[in-house]
Amino acid sequence: MFNERSLPMLATLVVFFVLYGYGFVEYKGFRDSLVLTNLLTDNAFLIVTAVGMTFVILSGGIDLSVGSMIAFIGVLMASLITGFGMHPILAMIISLVVGTAFGAIMGYIIAHFEIQPFIVTLAGMFLFRGLAYLINLDAVPINHPFISDLADIYISVPGRGGLTFIAIVMLLAVAAGIIVARRTRFGMNVYALGGDTQSAELLGVPIKSTQIRIYALSGFFSSLSGVVFAIYTGSAYPLAAVGVELDAIAAVVIGGTLLTGGVGFVFGTFLGGLIQGVIQTLIAFDGTLNSWWTKIAVGGLLFLFIILQKVIVHWVRRYSGNRGSA
Amino acid sequence: MNKQFWLKHQKAIGPVVSLLVIILGTALLTPGFLKLQMIDGHLYGSLLDVLHRGTPTALVALGMAVVIGTKGIDLSVGAVIAICGAVAAVLTVNTDWPVIVVLLAAMGAGMACGLWNGFLVAVLGVQPIVATLILMVAGRGIAQMITGGQIVTFHSDTLNAIGNGFFLAVPIRVWIAIFIVAFTMFLMRKTALGMFIEAIGANARSSRLVGIEARTLVVIAYMFSGLCASIAGIILAADIRGADANNAGLWLELDAILAVVIAGGALSGGRIYLGLTMIGVLIIQTLTTAILTSGLPAQYNLIVKATIVLLVLLIQSPRTRQTISAYLARKGARKDV
Repeated sequence: MFNERSLPMLATLVVFFVLYGYGFVEYKGFRDSLVLTNLLTDNAFLIVTAVGMTFVILSGGIDLSVGSMIAFIGVLMASLITGFGMHPILAMIISLVVGTAFGAIMGYIIAHFEIQPFIVTLAGMFLFRGLAYLINLDAVPINHPFISDLADIYISVPGRGGLTFIAIVMLLAVAAGIIVARRTRFGMNVYALGGDTQSAELLGVPIKSTQIRIYALSGFFSSLSGVVFAIYTGSAYPLAAVGVELDAIAAVVIGGTLLTGGVGFVFGTFLGGLIQGVIQTLIAFDGTLNSWWTKIAVGGLLFLFIILQKVIVHWVRRYSGNRGSA
Repeated sequence: MNKQFWLKHQKAIGPVVSLLVIILGTALLTPGFLKLQMIDGHLYGSLLDVLHRGTPTALVALGMAVVIGTKGIDLSVGAVIAICGAVAAVLTVNTDWPVIVVLLAAMGAGMACGLWNGFLVAVLGVQPIVATLILMVAGRGIAQMITGGQIVTFHSDTLNAIGNGFFLAVPIRVWIAIFIVAFTMFLMRKTALGMFIEAIGANARSSRLVGIEARTLVVIAYMFSGLCASIAGIILAADIRGADANNAGLWLELDAILAVVIAGGALSGGRIYLGLTMIGVLIIQTLTTAILTSGLPAQYNLIVKATIVLLVLLIQSPRTRQTISAYLARKGARKDV
C-alpha cells in the first residue's frame, strides 16, 4: 500500500486535512458537522462525474462531453416528467440508459475508428449541449411530489449536519467506483490498458470492448450526475454545468491519478472533488476574497500535483534501476 | 491542370470542396447570401460577415495549428483571450498610455501566458493537454482579478477602429488577420522554421539528434499561440468596447481545434497546414452564419457543427481509409484478372 503509486493520493489526503484543519482552527462555524455534510451535498454532482472520468483517465483517455451530458440529461428528465407526465423513477431509468448508450457510441467510435478520444468527446460535447437546447431553451422547474420527497430525505449526523439523498447517492457511486476499479476484471483491464496498451493486448485484454465499456461507464456516471444535479437544483437548464468537465479532470488529477494512465485511485478522486469544495468553502468563510480565487487556487493545486507526480515518477525511475514501473 | 498539381494538393480537395458545397448550399437556402453591397464606401454582405466574425477564430486557429504541429495542443487560448482583453481594457481606462503601448502590453501578457505553457511542456515535460488545462482553469480567474470582477467598458478611437473600422472597404480586423496569416505562412514555408517545428512534431528525439533545439522551438510555438490569442482578445474586446472575463473567447479553443482537424491536420503532430486551417475556419464560420441567416433556431448550430465534425472524422479515420483502400485493391485485382 505504501508505494510510489499511492504517494500522490497520500499527498492529496494531506492537502485535504491541511485545508480542512485550517478552516477548523480559523473559523468557529467550520467545526460544525454541517460544513462537512454540505460539502458532500454541494459537490455530489462533481464527484459522481469525476468517478466516471477517473476510469477514462486511468485508461489514458479523456472525456470532454460530461458537462454537456449533465445538462442534456437534466433537460431530458425534466421534459419526461413534466412534459410527458412520466413517473420520476421511469424518467431516471430512461435518462441513465440514454446517457450510457451515448457514452457507448462515443466509445465505439474511439475504439473502432481509432480517432482520438479528445476529438470524439469534443464533438459529443457540442452534440449534447445542442440536444439540450433542442429539447428546451429555458430553465424549467421539475415539479413532482416524488422529487421533492427525495430532496427532503435527511439523515441527521451528530452536530447540525445531515446526509441528503444526493450525498448518499454520491457516496454509493464512489463505493461502486472503488469496487469496480479494484475488484473486477474490467477494472484490472482499465489499469492494464492505461499502463501499456501493447502489453495489455498481448496479455489478452480485449482492448476495443474495454474502451467501449469505459466510455459507457463515463456516460453512466455523468448521466447519474445529471439526475443528481436535477434533484439538487430542482430544475433543469440547458446551460447548466458548463465547464464541469474541467473541474472533473482537475478533481481526478488532484486526486493523484496520472494523466498518462495506469496509476490512480477512485478514492483519490473523491478527495480531489472535496478539496475543490473545501477551497470554495474557505473562500466563502473568509468573506474578503472573491470567488474567482477558487479558479486560481484550483489551477495552482493542479500545477502542484502535476509537479509532484513528475517528481515521484522521476524518483521511481531513478531508484528502480530504469524499470520504469510508473 | 496536370496530375502533379493534383497530387501535390490532394489534401486540399476535401476541405475546399466542403467549403464550396456549404457556401452554395447556403446560397440556395438563403437568397442574397452571396450578395455584396457597397454602402458609404464599405462592403457589406453575409460573406463579408463571415470574414468579419471569423477573424478571432482564424487567429486562434493559426496559433493552434503551429502548436498542434509540435504534437501539442493549447486549451488555454480562450482564457488567454480573456486575460489580454482585460489587460487592454483596464490599461485603456486606468492609464493615459498611448494606445500602442497598451496593445503591446496586452500582447506581452499573451506571450507571457504562452511562455508559461511552453515552460511546462518543454522544460517540465508535462503533457500539453494537462499543461494548458492549468491556465484554462486558472486563466479566467486571473482575468477577473485584473478587471476586478466587472465588465470593464472603455472608449478609444483606435480600439474602436480595430474592432469595427474599415480600410479600403474591408474591415480593418480582416486586414490584420490576413497580414498575420500571410506573415506566418511566409515564416513557415520560406524559412526553415516550419520544417523544424514539423520535425519536432513528427519525432522529437530524432530531431534533437540532428541538432534541432526542440525545447526552444516548442516554447516559441506556445508563445506564438499566446500572441495570436492576445490579438484575438484585443479584437474581441475592441468589438464590444469592453472586457468580459467570463465570456470573452468562451469555447473558441474548441472551434480552433475543430478548424485544424477539419482541415486534415492530424492531432498526432508533424504537419502544419496553415492554408487549410484557414479554410477550416471559413467552413465553421460559414456554417454558423448560415444557420443564423437561414432562420433556423440558433440552437441547431451546435448539433450541425457536431454532426459535421463527426462525419469529417469518420471519413478521415484510418479505419475508413483502410476499408476504402482494401476495396480499391480488390477492384484493382479483379481488373488484372
